[in-house]
Amino acid sequence: MSEYVLETQNLGISFGGLKAVQDVNLRIKKNELYGLVGPNGAGKTTVFNMLTGVYQPTTGTFFLDGEEMVGKSQETINHKGIARTFQNIRLFNNMSVIRNVLVGLHNQPEYHYNPFTGMLRLPAYFDCENRMRDKAKEILRIFGLEEERNLLSCNLPYGKQRKLEIARALATNPRLLLLDEPAAGMNPNETAELMEIVRFIRDHFDMTILLIEHDMKFVSGLCDEITVLNFGTVLAQGDTKTALNNPEVIKAYLGD
Amino acid sequence: MGYFKNVKKAFKLKNYANYIGVVAFLILVVVLNQFGMVNRSSVNLLNRIGYSIILAVSLNLVVGFLGELSLGHAGFMCVGAYIGCYFANYLGTVIESQFVVLFLSMLVGGLVACVFGFIIGLPALRLKGDYLAIATLAFGEIVRCIFKNLPSFGGATGLITKTYRPSFSLAIISFVTVLIMLIFVQNLIRSKHGRAITSIRDNEIAARAMGINVTFYKLFVFIVAAFFAGVAGVIYGHLNSPVSYDVFSYNYSIEILVMVVLGGMGSITGSILAASAVTFINFELQDQLTGNLAALKLIIYAVILIFMVLFNNAPSFKKLRKKLSVKEYLAAHQKKAHPEKIRDDAGAWDRIETKIKMDEILSVDISAQEPFKADSPEQGGNKDE
Repeated sequence: MSEYVLETQNLGISFGGLKAVQDVNLRIKKNELYGLVGPNGAGKTTVFNMLTGVYQPTTGTFFLDGEEMVGKSQETINHKGIARTFQNIRLFNNMSVIRNVLVGLHNQPEYHYNPFTGMLRLPAYFDCENRMRDKAKEILRIFGLEEERNLLSCNLPYGKQRKLEIARALATNPRLLLLDEPAAGMNPNETAELMEIVRFIRDHFDMTILLIEHDMKFVSGLCDEITVLNFGTVLAQGDTKTALNNPEVIKAYLGD
Repeated sequence: MGYFKNVKKAFKLKNYANYIGVVAFLILVVVLNQFGMVNRSSVNLLNRIGYSIILAVSLNLVVGFLGELSLGHAGFMCVGAYIGCYFANYLGTVIESQFVVLFLSMLVGGLVACVFGFIIGLPALRLKGDYLAIATLAFGEIVRCIFKNLPSFGGATGLITKTYRPSFSLAIISFVTVLIMLIFVQNLIRSKHGRAITSIRDNEIAARAMGINVTFYKLFVFIVAAFFAGVAGVIYGHLNSPVSYDVFSYNYSIEILVMVVLGGMGSITGSILAASAVTFINFELQDQLTGNLAALKLIIYAVILIFMVLFNNAPSFKKLRKKLSVKEYLAAHQKKAHPEKIRDDAGAWDRIETKIKMDEILSVDISAQEPFKADSPEQGGNKDE
């Protein structure tokens, strides 16, 4: 066990000649709320894609609780404990809200039964399904989605779809939760509510959270530490207030 | 008994409608047969409907639930028919009972088809959409050509098989097989594995990010679908002799796909009804139109299909559809009885209390941010990328 839940060492990727991300060194302690900010196209989502195995980094490596994760498939990385949400919502649109969460619960060892048990509806099937449903409802209740559980997820309003995506990621029981612009498209009330929920998740589930966000109010109100990216390189790093007041960062956002 | 309590708790008439429908139809057929009202051609039709349903439902598993377009389903059927019947011919010399031979050859035909399902499932992991469709199409043709050129399988004349007699018993057996398959497929779809499969269809990237083993489930679905197609092939082989390679052409694969699309992708009831309807129409047209009129068969078939598709999907028929829909009628009825009852998708489950108190969590001072309130919805809507 290392001191950090997530540690990246010189993480970088290039697509052909384009160096999309270079030398990103993140150190995220347990139970920390960590922000990743930067102007559009800075490479934030690319970092997420590397951390979840969508892209394989061309340089550097990263560790989850001291275990090297580079080269592992998306599924394996999820099993090891990194779950994510997407910038452009990717819910299972033709499935009901509760089913979305149930898919998240799919790989928990305590809900395991094989396909043939399911086909023949042996006792283990009912046992697991009952427990899964209870658990899914418990998660939905945290996000205030319990009443909507039988709606198709595509029929939910935008803000609730975002929440459902977080709920689904949470259902995979991760150690590290990656939120890609969780407050995008939410009104100020919803954003405030989301901040409370994120804090609640951190405390209640003992979770480490890394989030990308453009809403500076959200970031400064929530994150303990941040990393600012610009053009794929780290511009500033450290305590939220100091990093955001860094003249380089202000210049990157507002120009000269 | 805890088990039966669970079964009862998850019981919902809607989920059992298909079983009840098939059993009722089976009973009806048996009763009609007792009164001598089922002639030879109807028995033939019944058999065809039986294996068509098996084919359509198993293809629906691939197309409707996994979301991959497969045009080689007749290929799996071909494998099942040839291998299963070859085995049955051999077994027939050893075992007296026709039924045991049929049962064992179904298993063998299905399992060998499974192997082919695995083989064709492998490219499915790399190919998407149209490309996979073409690969499966090629597979179907390759299988057909291989059997055509194997002398031990009868070559161009086809494999001579021992047909099942009386064929009415075969019809009963094929419908019982339909019932068993429905139980397997529907239970699979309503389990966590079914959810995983449909999640791959809905959004493969998200499914991977949720830790769903996409490789496993794609192969699994191809294997299960191939198994049932193989079983259907064995039934076909016991109905018709010789088993001829030209039946399993890509036209037949397309016809199975037509059944699936017509019934609605992802709807098992739809597949059953559409498979029955398409087979029935085909059969009747072949039966009624003889001589010079036979040329009209394909035209009439196409026209009927176009009308069915229009009726199912065109907006102008919406009113009529609503009027005729059993579902709507039931829904309207149920609504009157329990207006505000929320139901889970697998039966009624009790509310569970947790330690989490929502009001406390969400006690956010909203008034501090009043000024934003007026234009917030627009601001919220446009930030999607």
